[in-house]
Amino acid sequence: MMVATEAYVVLSMVLFVLGTLGVLLRRNAILVFMSVELMLNATNLALAAFAQQWGSETGHLFVFFIIAVAAAEVAVGLALIVAIFRSKKSINIDELHQMEG
Amino acid sequence: MENYPQLVPLIILIPAVGAFINLMWGARIAERGVALIGTFASAFAFLIAVLLYSALSSSGYESAIVNPPFLDGWLRLTGVEISWQMRVDTLSVTMMLVITGVGTLIHLYSMGYMHGDPRFHRFFAYLNMFLAFMLVLVTGNNFLMLFVGWEGVGLCSFLLIGFWFDRAKGVGWRNSNAARKAFIVNRVGDFGLMMAIFLIFWTFGTLDFYKPGELAVPLDAHAEEGEYSEEVGVVAEGEPAGGEIVTEAAAIEGEGELLLAEGEPEYLNNDHIETEQLGVFGQAERFVEEGRDIDFGPFTLPIGAVITIITLFLLLGAAGKSAQIPLFVWLPDAMAGPTPVSALIHAATMVTAGVYMMVRSNVFYHEAELTSFIVTVVGASTAIMAGFVAIGQWDIKRVLAYSTVSQLGFMVAAVGVGAYGAAMFHLVTHAFFKALLFLGSGSVIHAMEHGHHAAHGHSHDDAHAHDEEAHASTHKADEEHHADLSDEAEFDPQDMRNMGGLRTKMPVTYVTYLIGTLALAGIFPFAGFWSKDEILADSWVVGLFEGQLSGFIALGLLLLAAGFTAFYMWRQVVLVFHGKPRTEAAERAPESSIPMVIPLLVLAIASIFIGFMNVPSGALGLDTLFGAHRFTDWLSHSVLNVHAGDFNILVAGGALLLAIVAMIVANGIYARARDTILRGVDPLEEREGIGNAWRLANARLYWDQIYFMLIENPFNRIGKFLADTLDWAFWHDYVHDTVIAKGFRTIGNILATPVDLGIIDGIVNGIGRLARWLSSGLRPIQTGYVRTYAITLLFGVVIVVVVLLLPLIQRG
Amino acid sequence: MENTGLSLVTLVLFLPMVGFSIVLFLKESQTEAIKWTTLGTSLITFVMSLVMWAGFDNNQPALQMVQQWEFLPQVGTSYYVGVDGLSLLLVILTTFIMPLAILSSFRAHVLHERGREKLYYLLLLLLEWAMIGAFVAQDLIVFFIFFEFTLVPMFFLIGIWGAENRMYAAVKFYLYTLAGSILMLLAILYVGSNAGTFNMPQILAMIQSGDLIFPFDGLFSPQSFLFLGFLIGFAVKIPIWPLHSWLPDAHVQAPTAGSVILAGVLLKLGTYGIARFCIPLFPEAAVAWAPFVGILAVIGIIYGAWVSYAQTDVKKLVAYSSISHLGFVVLGLFALNAQGIQGGLIQMVNHGISTGGLFLFVGMLYERRHTKDLAAYGGIWKALPLLGGLSLIITLSSMGLPGLNGFIGEFTILMGTFGSEVLGFFFALFATLGVILAAVYMLYMFQKVFMGELDKEENKHLEPLHWQEVTVLVAVVAATIIIGIQPGPFFATMQATVVDVVAKIQPFVTTVVQLP
Repeated sequence: MMVATEAYVVLSMVLFVLGTLGVLLRRNAILVFMSVELMLNATNLALAAFAQQWGSETGHLFVFFIIAVAAAEVAVGLALIVAIFRSKKSINIDELHQMEG
Repeated sequence: MENYPQLVPLIILIPAVGAFINLMWGARIAERGVALIGTFASAFAFLIAVLLYSALSSSGYESAIVNPPFLDGWLRLTGVEISWQMRVDTLSVTMMLVITGVGTLIHLYSMGYMHGDPRFHRFFAYLNMFLAFMLVLVTGNNFLMLFVGWEGVGLCSFLLIGFWFDRAKGVGWRNSNAARKAFIVNRVGDFGLMMAIFLIFWTFGTLDFYKPGELAVPLDAHAEEGEYSEEVGVVAEGEPAGGEIVTEAAAIEGEGELLLAEGEPEYLNNDHIETEQLGVFGQAERFVEEGRDIDFGPFTLPIGAVITIITLFLLLGAAGKSAQIPLFVWLPDAMAGPTPVSALIHAATMVTAGVYMMVRSNVFYHEAELTSFIVTVVGASTAIMAGFVAIGQWDIKRVLAYSTVSQLGFMVAAVGVGAYGAAMFHLVTHAFFKALLFLGSGSVIHAMEHGHHAAHGHSHDDAHAHDEEAHASTHKADEEHHADLSDEAEFDPQDMRNMGGLRTKMPVTYVTYLIGTLALAGIFPFAGFWSKDEILADSWVVGLFEGQLSGFIALGLLLLAAGFTAFYMWRQVVLVFHGKPRTEAAERAPESSIPMVIPLLVLAIASIFIGFMNVPSGALGLDTLFGAHRFTDWLSHSVLNVHAGDFNILVAGGALLLAIVAMIVANGIYARARDTILRGVDPLEEREGIGNAWRLANARLYWDQIYFMLIENPFNRIGKFLADTLDWAFWHDYVHDTVIAKGFRTIGNILATPVDLGIIDGIVNGIGRLARWLSSGLRPIQTGYVRTYAITLLFGVVIVVVVLLLPLIQRG
Repeated sequence: MENTGLSLVTLVLFLPMVGFSIVLFLKESQTEAIKWTTLGTSLITFVMSLVMWAGFDNNQPALQMVQQWEFLPQVGTSYYVGVDGLSLLLVILTTFIMPLAILSSFRAHVLHERGREKLYYLLLLLLEWAMIGAFVAQDLIVFFIFFEFTLVPMFFLIGIWGAENRMYAAVKFYLYTLAGSILMLLAILYVGSNAGTFNMPQILAMIQSGDLIFPFDGLFSPQSFLFLGFLIGFAVKIPIWPLHSWLPDAHVQAPTAGSVILAGVLLKLGTYGIARFCIPLFPEAAVAWAPFVGILAVIGIIYGAWVSYAQTDVKKLVAYSSISHLGFVVLGLFALNAQGIQGGLIQMVNHGISTGGLFLFVGMLYERRHTKDLAAYGGIWKALPLLGGLSLIITLSSMGLPGLNGFIGEFTILMGTFGSEVLGFFFALFATLGVILAAVYMLYMFQKVFMGELDKEENKHLEPLHWQEVTVLVAVVAATIIIGIQPGPFFATMQATVVDVVAKIQPFVTTVVQLP
C-alpha cells in the first residue's frame, strides 16, 4: 500500500507549525530546543517524501546532513543550556536578554 | 759540528719552557727548585750559544738560516711571506753569547737576591721569558721577528719593572707607573720601527735580512783592503766545510731544518742572484747602484731618500729601546725594578737592542749620510747629557742608570760615525762591566738593608733570629726608599749619603766594584778602555781624515762625556766605599752571600780581560800578544761595513789622561767632604758657579717636568675634554638626547596634536560618529529576547516565500 | 645548487633552533637542564662549524656548501645560504664566542636576582641563530631579515638583564641601528628591483657581465647614493665615528654576555656587510669614497683610543676601545687591496676574541665587586693572580703585542693601508699612532685594576675563580696565542675569495683614482 505523498507533506506541515509555535510560545529553553528538533524533523519528513516522489537521492542526502547537523546542534545546544543554567540558575529564555542593543 | 746551527731553535725553546714551568707550577716548587730550573734553562741556552760559536769558528764563519720545526711559516697572505726564520751568524751569536752569558750569571745572583720574595717563581719565569724574547730578537732573520722580540722584551721589562707593584705607601703605584711609562715610551719607538718596516716592505717586497744562499758579506768585499786579504784567504779555505753543511743538512732530519748554508762555494758574491731574490740589504745595495726610484702611489722617491726615511724611523725605534734623546726618560724610572733586572735588562741586554738593530741595518746607515749625522748628534748629545745628570744623583742605582744612558749614547754615536764594529765592541764590554756594577750596587743595597735591620728595631742577634723576616722585608725596602712617609721608610738604602766606608765591610763587593768602575771609566787595561778608545779613534779618523763634521762632534762630546764618566764613577766609589760609615746601617752592613758574590767575581774577571779580544793593531805590542782586532774580524763575516781601527796613541792617551784627572779631581772633592755630605749636601753644590749646574743635574735637567708640561698634561687634558665634554656632554647628551631626541619629540608633537588629532583623527572620528548616530536609531530592534528574533526570522521566511511565490501567483 | 639533502651550512644555522625548541619545553624551574642544554647546543654548533671549516676548499673563491629553497619567488628572493672566505671565519667566531658567553652567564649574579633564566637562554640561542644567519645568507632580503632580527634578542637582553639605565640603553640601541638600516633597506629594494632578483651571486654576475649597471660619474651619482645607503646602515652597527654614541650606553648597560656578544659578533655584522655588499656591489663608489671613509676610520682610531683613555668606568673604557679597533678594520677594508681586506677580516676575528675576552674579565670583576669604577680596584693581581695573568694576555692581545693575535691583524691592515693605492702613507702614519695610544689606554686600565697596592679592604678577599671562569678565559687566551703564532690557516681560508674580490675592484682603482 502506497501512502500518498500529500499525506506526508500534510503531516510535515503540521509538525512544522507545531514546532514553530513551540519555539515562539514556550519559555523553557529545553522545550524551545525540542521544538526546533521537531521543525527539523518535519523538514526531514518532507524531504524524504519528495525524494520518494521523484526518485532522486538528493533528498536523502540532505536528510542525512540535517540529522548530522541536528546531532551536533544538540551537543552544543545542551552544553550551552547547562552552562546557562549553572550561571543563571534558570533556563527561562525571557530572562536572557543581555544581547539587547 | 756543522749541524750545530740546527740547535738554534732550542736556544729560544729552553728558556721559554723554563718560563712556562715556573709560571705554571713554580708556586708549588721550592725556591731552590725554581731557581735551578731558571738558571739551568739559561745555562743551557749559553751552552748552545757556545756550540754555535764553535760551529761558526770551525766552518769558516758561514752564516746559516734555520727554519724552526713544527712552525709552518708565519704571516703568509697575498703578496706577503714572512716566516719564523732564524739566522746564525757572527753578529747574532755575539749577542747570544752576551745575553745568555750575562743572563746566567744574573739568574745565579737572583737566587740570593730574591730569596724570600713571595713571587720568587714568577721572577724567574719572567727572567726566562725575557731571555726567550731577547733571543728571538737577535736570532730573527727578518724585521718582523726582530719586532716580535723587540716588543716581547718590552713586555718583560714592563713586568719586571712593575714586579713590586703591590708595595705599600704608594710605592706600588710608583713602580707600576714606571713600568707603564717604560712600555709606552717604548711604544713610541715601536711606532718608528713599524713605520720603517712598512716602508721596507713596500720598497723591497720582503722583510728578510738575507735570503738563503745569499752572502751577507761578499767574500771579495774587503779584497782591495790590504789588511783583510789574509783573512779572506782563511775564509776561502774554510768554504768546503761550508759546502758540506748543505749536504749534511739534506741528509739529516734533525732538530731544525737547515735550509741552506749561505754561499755556495763557487760564488764569491751575490752577482748571480736576481735582485728580487735578495734580502732587503742586498736589494738596497743594488737599488742604490741602479739609482732606482721607488713608487709609492701618490709620490715617487729616489732610493736614497727612501733609505734616509727608513733609517730615521729605525732611529726612532732605537731611541726608544736604547734610551736616547728624546725617549730616554723611561730608563731612569725603570730602576724601580729589582736590581738584577736593572743589571740584565736595563743595562746589559735589552737596551742594547737598538744598537744591535742599527748595526744589523748597517747597509742602510752606510748609504744614508744625513741619518748618520743625526744618529751621531743624538748619540753624542745623549752621552754627554746623561753623563752630566749622573753627577747630580744621590741614588746609587740612578747614577748607574744615567751612566747606562750615557754609554748607550757612545754606542749610538759610534754607529753614526760608521764604527759599527766599535759599537758592538762597546756593547759587549759594557754588558759585562755595567752588569757588574749593577750587581755590585744590588749587593750594597742588600747589605745596607741588613745593616739597617740590625741597627734598628732588632738587636744584632735578633736580626739573625728573624733572618727570614729580614729577608722578606729587604725586597720591600729596595724600593721603599722613595716613600719618606713613615719612620721605617725614612731610611733609604739606596741613598749614597747613607753609605760610606763599606770598603772594609764588603771587601769582595768593593774590589769587584772598583774593577767595574775602572772599566767603565776607561782606565788601561780594563775592558772599557779598549772599546771606548776604539769609538774615539774612529771618530778621530772620520773627523780628521774624512773631514766630516760628525766625527768632530762625536770626538768632542764623547771625550767630555768620558771625563764625566770617570768623575761620577769615582764620586760614587768614594761616597759608597771610602771614608768612614755615615750611618749605623753602613756600619753594620755584611758581605753578601755566595750566590751573589760568585757572579760578581766572574763578571769582574771578564771586565778585566774581555777588552783584549779586540786590541787595535799597533797597540804597544799587545796586539801581537792577543791578536789584533779579532772581534772586528769575527764581525766582518756578517756586518758588511765593519772596519778595524788603528791604535791612536794621541786619542787613547788623551782620553786616559782625562779620565785619570777626572778621578783625581773627584777624589779631591769627595774624599774630604764627610761633613758636607752628612748634611745631605754635595760639595759641588756649595761652590759658586758650579752649584747651579749641579742643581740642574740633580733635577735631571727637568726632563720629566718638561715632558709632563708638553706632552702628558695636554694629552690628559685633551683626552678628558674629548671624553667628558665633546663625546659625552656634547655628542652623547646634547646632540643625541637633546637635539635629536627632543627634536624628534617636537616633530612628534606637531604630528600628534594638529595633524593627527585634527585631521586624521577627525576623519576617523567622523566616521565613527556617523556609525554611532545610525546605530542609535536601530538599537531598539535588538531586544535580546530569543522569541523576537524567532518571529522576525519567521516573518523574513514568510516574506521570502511570498516573494518567491509571487510570480507563480501572477502567472495565475 | 642542488637542493637535495641538507647543506652543512643549513645544519649549523638551524642547530641553535633545535636547542631552542628543546629549551622551550623545559620548565622554568629546571635551571640546570636549561643551562646545560643551551651550552651543549652551542658547543655542538661550534664543533659542526669546525667540521664545516674542515670541508671547506681553500682554493675555491666562490660560495661553498650552498643551499637554495624557494622563499618568496614572486619578489625574487629565496632562502639561499652558503659560505666563502669572507663569511666562514665569522661563522666560526660566532659559534666560538657563544659557548663562552653562555658559560660565563651560568654564575651571573643578575640572573639569580632578576630570574627568568629560561627566557635568557632562549634569547641567546635565538641570537646565535640570527647572527649565523646573517653571515651565511646570500640573498639580500634574507640577509636583511637576519641582520635586523639580531636586534630583537639583544634588545631584550639589555632591557631585562641590564644595569640601572637599561631601558634607555636598549631603546637607544634599537632605534639607532634600526634608523640606520632603513636607508639600507631602500638601497636593497632598489638594487633588487633593478636586478630582478635578490640573489647576491646572480647580482654580482650581472654586474660583472655589464647587464646591471649602477651609473657612476663621481662622488654624488646614483651608485654612490646606493653605496652610502648600505654604508650608513653598516656604519651605525660598526660603529664608525661619529655614529658611535649608542655603543657606550649599550655596552655599559648590557649584562656581561650581552657585551661579549655585542662586541664579539654583532659589531662585525657591520664590517662584514661592508666587505660582502658595499665593496663588491658598488666598486666604483667604494674606490671614490674610500679616502673619506678612511679619514673617518683614522679619526675613529685615534678618537676612540683617546676617549677610552679618559674613562673612569672600566666597561666604558673597553667600549670605546672597540671604536678604535673597528676603525682599523674599516681602514683595512677600504685599503681595497688584498693585504688590507685580509687584515680587516682577520682583525674582525681578533677583535671578537680579545674584546670579548676583555668584557669577560671585566664581567668577572664586576661579579665580585659590583662596581665598574676604575678607582675601586687596584692590586687585584695580588688577590687573584690567575685572573691577573690571563687578563694580561688578553689586554696585550688587544693592544697588539706581536706573537698574539691582535698584532697580526693590525700589522696586516697597516701594511695594506700603507701599500694601498687609495689610502697610502699618511693614513698608515696616523693609524700607526693609534697603536701607541692602544698601549696608553690598555696599560692604564690594566695598571689601575691589577697593579698598584691592594689597599682596599673589599678587594682583599675576593672569591677565587670558578673552573667555569677559568675555562672561558683559557679558551680566549688559547685562541689569542694560536692566531698570533700561526695565522696561516686563517689567511689561507679567506685568501681565494679576497683575491677574487680584489681582482674585480682593481680595474676601478686605477680608473677612478685618476678621476678629478
